[in-house]
Amino acid sequence: MSLSRAFFAVIRRDLVLALRRRSEIANPLLFFILVITLFPLGIGAQPHLLQAIAPGIIWVSALLAAMLSLDSLFRSDFDDGSLEQLLLSPHPTSVLVLAKIIAHWLVTGLPLLIVAPLLAVFLGMPNHALGILLLTLLLGTPVLSLIGAIGVALTVGLRRGGMILSLLVLPLYVPVLIFAGNAVQMAGTGLPVDAQINILIAILLMALVLAPLPVAAALKMSVN
Amino acid sequence: MRPSIHSLAGTDLSCIRDDRVLFEQLAFELVAGQVLLLEGKNGSGKTSLLRILCGFREPDVGALHWCGDAVKDSQFYAQMAYVGHLDGIKKELTVLENLKMSLALSSAGQYSIDQALSKVHLTGYDDILVQTLSAGQKRRLSLARLLITENVLWILDEPFTSLDKQGIALIETLMAEHCANGGMIVLTSHHDIDLPDVDVQRINLS
Repeated sequence: MSLSRAFFAVIRRDLVLALRRRSEIANPLLFFILVITLFPLGIGAQPHLLQAIAPGIIWVSALLAAMLSLDSLFRSDFDDGSLEQLLLSPHPTSVLVLAKIIAHWLVTGLPLLIVAPLLAVFLGMPNHALGILLLTLLLGTPVLSLIGAIGVALTVGLRRGGMILSLLVLPLYVPVLIFAGNAVQMAGTGLPVDAQINILIAILLMALVLAPLPVAAALKMSVN
Repeated sequence: MRPSIHSLAGTDLSCIRDDRVLFEQLAFELVAGQVLLLEGKNGSGKTSLLRILCGFREPDVGALHWCGDAVKDSQFYAQMAYVGHLDGIKKELTVLENLKMSLALSSAGQYSIDQALSKVHLTGYDDILVQTLSAGQKRRLSLARLLITENVLWILDEPFTSLDKQGIALIETLMAEHCANGGMIVLTSHHDIDLPDVDVQRINLS
């Protein structure tokens, strides 16, 4: 009975599940690509404007894609009783939910990172900003999953929690959006972005340590 | 053989749901080798009591003790297993993957996965996706979880649902065996259980 075995078993199971129901991976990714490709069509032939708002477009789309994928984090576990079994495990619930959140990020956050450079070039983002864009996504999207998990854990027991979920979670996403968007913008103009990156790292570390605890507590409330 | 010092005691338990008192001042004591059968009509609080035992709900009044200690301070969660209305199995995973997951979340018990599958007559179903199993087979699979993990107390909510006659007899045999080995069981059932050699306590909640 080792905690690390349980931790990796949860990650593994969630990845296998995601592979078997592919729409869960495809939905947020498709949404991300579609929204970004629609912007140039909507704005028209104004490459400078597009270039200027590219960081914002990419980050807002990533944020909405993350929101869209959140519900799948605990929904099926709640519906089929796996969540009850998870909570009854003698292992600390917060560690097990952290495993679930990591698996969720690997399935929904990581694909965004892979397509983001392509879409950034498509929006005319300067090449020297691409690295920073990837770095902010790498640091920021796990925070979206971690903070989102708190909201999902609180609303998974409600029949129509979608609206409340966005109201709960979106305000908490704003700091990530501000610092990440700003970092990419500054990088585009060639200014140093250390401060923004440091703050993003701090937010990520804090979320990593602090988010699993309220998620575990909220899940216990939700299965009641 | 496990030492038969395990006991589960509830004192002065009450459950109030939506301003309705489901039960109050309920007390019981269960020791190793015993079965506690909760009876009562629909909505009388059987499932609520089981969920209180599992810790999903707090009792509105009263306390639970495992081996003399308050449940939260004891090894309770390492020594119990719960099969509820919801099977707790993933239909997109195979039989084997589901059982391996249960095993990873708990510690290994008396039987290996193969032995447990043959006990519940699911040998040869290892690589079958659970969504293709029948309701009765799914139920037997979720009960197989009880065999592969280390546990003393089984908490079963209507374990006989969707099982055929042989299935019911099978589960009763497993239950009798578990009690003979010093385990204990709390269950609800509409079915009358047939356990001739086991000390069965009954609580009627209605």
